[in-house]
Amino acid sequence: MALTRLGDRTNSPELGRRLGLYALLSLTSIAVAFPLLIALSYSFMVERDITSFPPPILPANATLANYREVFDRALRPGSPLPIFHYLLNSFVVSTAVVIGQLVTASLAAYAFAFLPFPGKSVLFLTFLATLMVPWEATIIPNYLTIRDLQWVDTYQGLAVPFMATGFGTFLLRQSFLQLPRDLYDAAVVDGASRFRFLWQIVLPLSRPALGTLAVYSFLATWNQYFWPLLVTNQPIMRTVQVGIVQLRFEESLRWGLVMAGVVIVVIPTILLLVLGQRQLVRGLTAGAIKG
Amino acid sequence: MLAGPSPQLLASWPTGLLAYSSMTQVQTATIGRLGAAAIRKRRARGARDLIEALLYLAPSLLLFAVFVFIPLARTVYLSLFYTNPVGNPRGFAGLDHYVELATSPAFHRSLLTTFQFALYTVPGGIVIALLLAVLANRRLRGINVFRTFFSSTIAVSLAVAATIWALMLNPSIGLFNYLLGSIGVRGPAWLTDPSSALVSVSLVTIWATLGFNMIVLLAGLQSIPEELYESAKIDGAAGLKIFRHITIPMLSPSLFFLLVVNIIHVFQAFTQIHALTRGGPVDATNVLVYSIYLDAFVNFQFGFASAQALVLFTIILALTLVQFGVVERRVHYQ
Repeated sequence: MALTRLGDRTNSPELGRRLGLYALLSLTSIAVAFPLLIALSYSFMVERDITSFPPPILPANATLANYREVFDRALRPGSPLPIFHYLLNSFVVSTAVVIGQLVTASLAAYAFAFLPFPGKSVLFLTFLATLMVPWEATIIPNYLTIRDLQWVDTYQGLAVPFMATGFGTFLLRQSFLQLPRDLYDAAVVDGASRFRFLWQIVLPLSRPALGTLAVYSFLATWNQYFWPLLVTNQPIMRTVQVGIVQLRFEESLRWGLVMAGVVIVVIPTILLLVLGQRQLVRGLTAGAIKG
Repeated sequence: MLAGPSPQLLASWPTGLLAYSSMTQVQTATIGRLGAAAIRKRRARGARDLIEALLYLAPSLLLFAVFVFIPLARTVYLSLFYTNPVGNPRGFAGLDHYVELATSPAFHRSLLTTFQFALYTVPGGIVIALLLAVLANRRLRGINVFRTFFSSTIAVSLAVAATIWALMLNPSIGLFNYLLGSIGVRGPAWLTDPSSALVSVSLVTIWATLGFNMIVLLAGLQSIPEELYESAKIDGAAGLKIFRHITIPMLSPSLFFLLVVNIIHVFQAFTQIHALTRGGPVDATNVLVYSIYLDAFVNFQFGFASAQALVLFTIILALTLVQFGVVERRVHYQ
């Protein structure tokens, strides 16, 4: 066994093929991530190098000046580039949406998965229908609602509209249905209340699905653009996505500075991708490959 | 870019719905055999069950009512009125806005631009993602590192993608025109030239969607049973032939899913347009949602914009139902 494997590995046409494959994979990886690598590289460049010809790929005189300037500006009172506020706003709003969705979706999914009640199919259809209404189609009345509630420039205006989710309810219901039905019958016969069963048994056993929903909705909220653009006016209430686009329009000649901003904005989601990849993939492919 | 979740779910909904409707039938049949007292008792229990279930569903239902269903009805209502600049109805418009949509060259142009945008981004985006997925679908040491790179754009928002591409497409300092110049091609002004602006926005969109498309196709490839490939090899098939006669047909559900989802996302596109071209130059990138945004939040014609929003709703509903129908048929025939 060990010998044949050793034989495989020293087999030179096989080795050559494998090295070729690694080379191909590496080149393709660089090509796909090229814009990200360029952003990283330019964030360490001085403007003089960026505008030189031919356009550079790697910094000739690497510098942290762009990052220093982003942070300096952010710390200045009344700063036109309050990037820490952007990050804080995006973080607060995304976290609030994650918590809101976990709560509303697990309650609803529990009812659909375990409780017997009349009218279930009608209510199920109601949840299904929300998946067919694109957010952009209702954005006008939604904006008017938030404005009339005087929620413009507030965290609740940014977060509350997204706290219920048909997708998440569906995802969690699927996961709850995998749990053995006997667990429920036993717990209810034991006299444990239905809510305690959800809290003490269903939720702890469904951690992977909850994680999937959390990673998914954090990323989706963090990357939102249209809605935060509409419901924020003050610079300190902007989210990172709106902030970075604004920065490019205001500093159209300072590419190094803008790319430092890009790197700061993209780091949290790249980290989330690397750490939560399995959860994310499960969420994105839910239903997509069935059949 | 993270693609929206809605349509992929539909794949699994129909069976769930069928299960529910058949359950209700069984219940009705049982009730038919019971006495009047038992029926009353059962009804009381039914009402109690319903109230308890509604407590669990209430948070979601309340939010859906306030932010999905009532706004949808309000969009229909607004589309029948002329509004003042703060969005209050002032005068009944009847179908005026719809007549205007039907006859407005600007709106037709916007729809056409959106279709063009779909044509530029969807087929190309899926083909590139398929190549990446095939490349990433091997058992190799360290393959996960490459898969992370291939899917990296899923973590990149459209706003960030647009910002980076604005640098790369910059006609004077960007790498794109330098590379084109080095092979003797004079690059266009990209974002500021009406004839290349939509192409520029499409390039950004293809790149930003690549990660999502790759992940879905890779999952699809991994669900193809190994035995199929083995028996094909035994039968003497190889390379492209296996790809054409086994991989593609087995992958068709994922490919079809991506086709619909990507078209839906094109119809919802706003961020990359706002971040790069603001609909211009001379309306060259004024896609449907951007046109809604301009009419509602720049020109304050909420009624007219609402009529456009309903066109968007109808198109996306139709696409979703097509997907629903195809998936259901497939499930049916299996």
